Amino acid sequence: MINPVGLSVFFDPAHLLLAQTGDQTETLAVAEEALRDGSVPLVTLEITRPLNLREGRRLQLAAKAGNTTGLCLIPEGMGSNAAETRWHCTPVFDAGDSTLMRWKIIKNKSGTLGSWHVRWNATSHRLDVVSPAGERPGSAGASD
Amino acid sequence: MWFPRLASDRVLRAHPIDGPFALTLRQANAERLYCLNPEAERQGLHREMPFADARAFCPALHSRPADPVGDARFLHVLRRWATRYCPWVGIEGDDGLVLDITGSAHLFGGEPMMLSDMRQRLNRAGLTARIGLGDTRGAAWALARFGEGRAETGQPLDTLTGLPVAALRLDGKTVIALQRLGLRTIGDLEGAARAPLARRFGLDLLLRLDQALGRQPEQIAPLADPPHYAARMSLPDPIGLFDDVMAGTSRLLDRLCARLKARETGARALRLTLRRVDQEALTVELRLAGPLRDAARILPLFERGVGEIDAGYGIDQMRLEATQVEPLPVHQISHMSSGRTDRLNDLISRIGTRIGLENVQRFLPADSHIPERGFIIAAAACSKPGGPWVALRPRPVRLFPPEPIAGTRPRPPERFRWRRISLTTARATGPERIAPEWWLPDENWRSGLRDYWHVETRQGRRLWLFYTPQNPGWFVQGEFA
Repeated sequence: MINPVGLSVFFDPAHLLLAQTGDQTETLAVAEEALRDGSVPLVTLEITRPLNLREGRRLQLAAKAGNTTGLCLIPEGMGSNAAETRWHCTPVFDAGDSTLMRWKIIKNKSGTLGSWHVRWNATSHRLDVVSPAGERPGSAGASD
Repeated sequence: MWFPRLASDRVLRAHPIDGPFALTLRQANAERLYCLNPEAERQGLHREMPFADARAFCPALHSRPADPVGDARFLHVLRRWATRYCPWVGIEGDDGLVLDITGSAHLFGGEPMMLSDMRQRLNRAGLTARIGLGDTRGAAWALARFGEGRAETGQPLDTLTGLPVAALRLDGKTVIALQRLGLRTIGDLEGAARAPLARRFGLDLLLRLDQALGRQPEQIAPLADPPHYAARMSLPDPIGLFDDVMAGTSRLLDRLCARLKARETGARALRLTLRRVDQEALTVELRLAGPLRDAARILPLFERGVGEIDAGYGIDQMRLEATQVEPLPVHQISHMSSGRTDRLNDLISRIGTRIGLENVQRFLPADSHIPERGFIIAAAACSKPGGPWVALRPRPVRLFPPEPIAGTRPRPPERFRWRRISLTTARATGPERIAPEWWLPDENWRSGLRDYWHVETRQGRRLWLFYTPQNPGWFVQGEFA
């Protein structure tokens, strides 16, 4: 489960609301409701079985109506075709930094694919998207 | 109106018992009789008597524990009932009512008719009541408790003169002192010189006397009815369509919200009761995330509940009640307060109607070093976000129940398998020792101290491992971002 103490480094857990649902149908219903309402800027849901076309499309329409970002955590290979973008994020080992991650966009309806190395900048409290020159680890995954 | 046996009458109304019956109350560490029925009094029992003695006197005595709070509630019910006689009804002590029937006696055909009507109704309800009627509150009190009757208008002294001085609402010491002086009745007291009495007993005695005889005014304070937040509607023809029920609900809601608005309150929980033609009652409960009195915002929340009910042969009566009400003062709306909280509360209520309001939660900080106890989860609707979040040491963003991995040495293992992944330790930071909270028993911390390590693996994953030195073993408990 989420540990709010760990999250508090990144943002204030007071802005976080949880909805405990019984099954995936409830999860999707709650997510759709929250996306359509638009009073929360980000809705994150976790699913265990793949979304079918109708469910994915409904979530997509709800997000559009509410002008909200929806983030669906999916097990590998269970993406929905309705999604605007799909990302694959993995932590990467780096000798000097323990927040380095590789964010790879593997589906994009309105742009090109790419990959970024991101690290958390604790002083400025934001993500550094560009790796420092010359220290880019493993050039295989770097953006082109 | 005095109910000498209010408590026992109340219990006997619900469970009639033949024979002696008494209620007992624990006073000063001893069970004592609190209230008893006439049968028990005839056996020689009296109030305040130790229960053990009473059992010895009367082995057939039935008894029950007394419930003074319930009695007080019952008295308030009676007060509400008594407003059928006049609008001004107050509570007198623990077991009496005081009614100001000025101007309403003729509606019942005069005072004697009114008294007999009261007696008849109370008798039918199984209550012993003694009713006194007088020009003044004091006279009525005296007559109810000591004389049972009616004082003629303008001549209270004629009726009161033979009553004992205790009928003047005096404390016990004064009554005994007056009796020692030979002043046993109100008539005696009235005949005595006033100045020495005032010097001897204070002005209180004369005040009570004057109040009883109408020379000093005394008000009765009627109790205000508590605000009632409910609206009902009976329909000439049964309805069964969803839209019709919602239209009816909307009308009830308008009436209810007008009432809430007048008192600057908002509903927190609502109950819609739909009575079907076959006398079945269906209820739709609605709980809100915040106090609300805006009909247009509440109505859509009922859609889900109303859609689920089975109308059967039709619904012919609807009742909407606000079961939980909170103050909601009027706020100045400015460009700064953009109604975002309102919208969020609406969203929580809406989600709550689907998954239950207690399942919409938020995190609150808690003061503990134990990772699982560093926060608490509270229902979002009944808590405010609060407190600063302090992470002195890096903490993982995901926590899971400890998962054992191979390894027994105090240093983190070089290679290990976790969740069927082979991992190689690249860097380990630690240890950070956390001791169990001995004052709280916890199954998971039976293994004693834990040395936590932040382990970064060459494969990328950053894990939170711990080693238990008292029971050598390694576990994974969390994952960093």
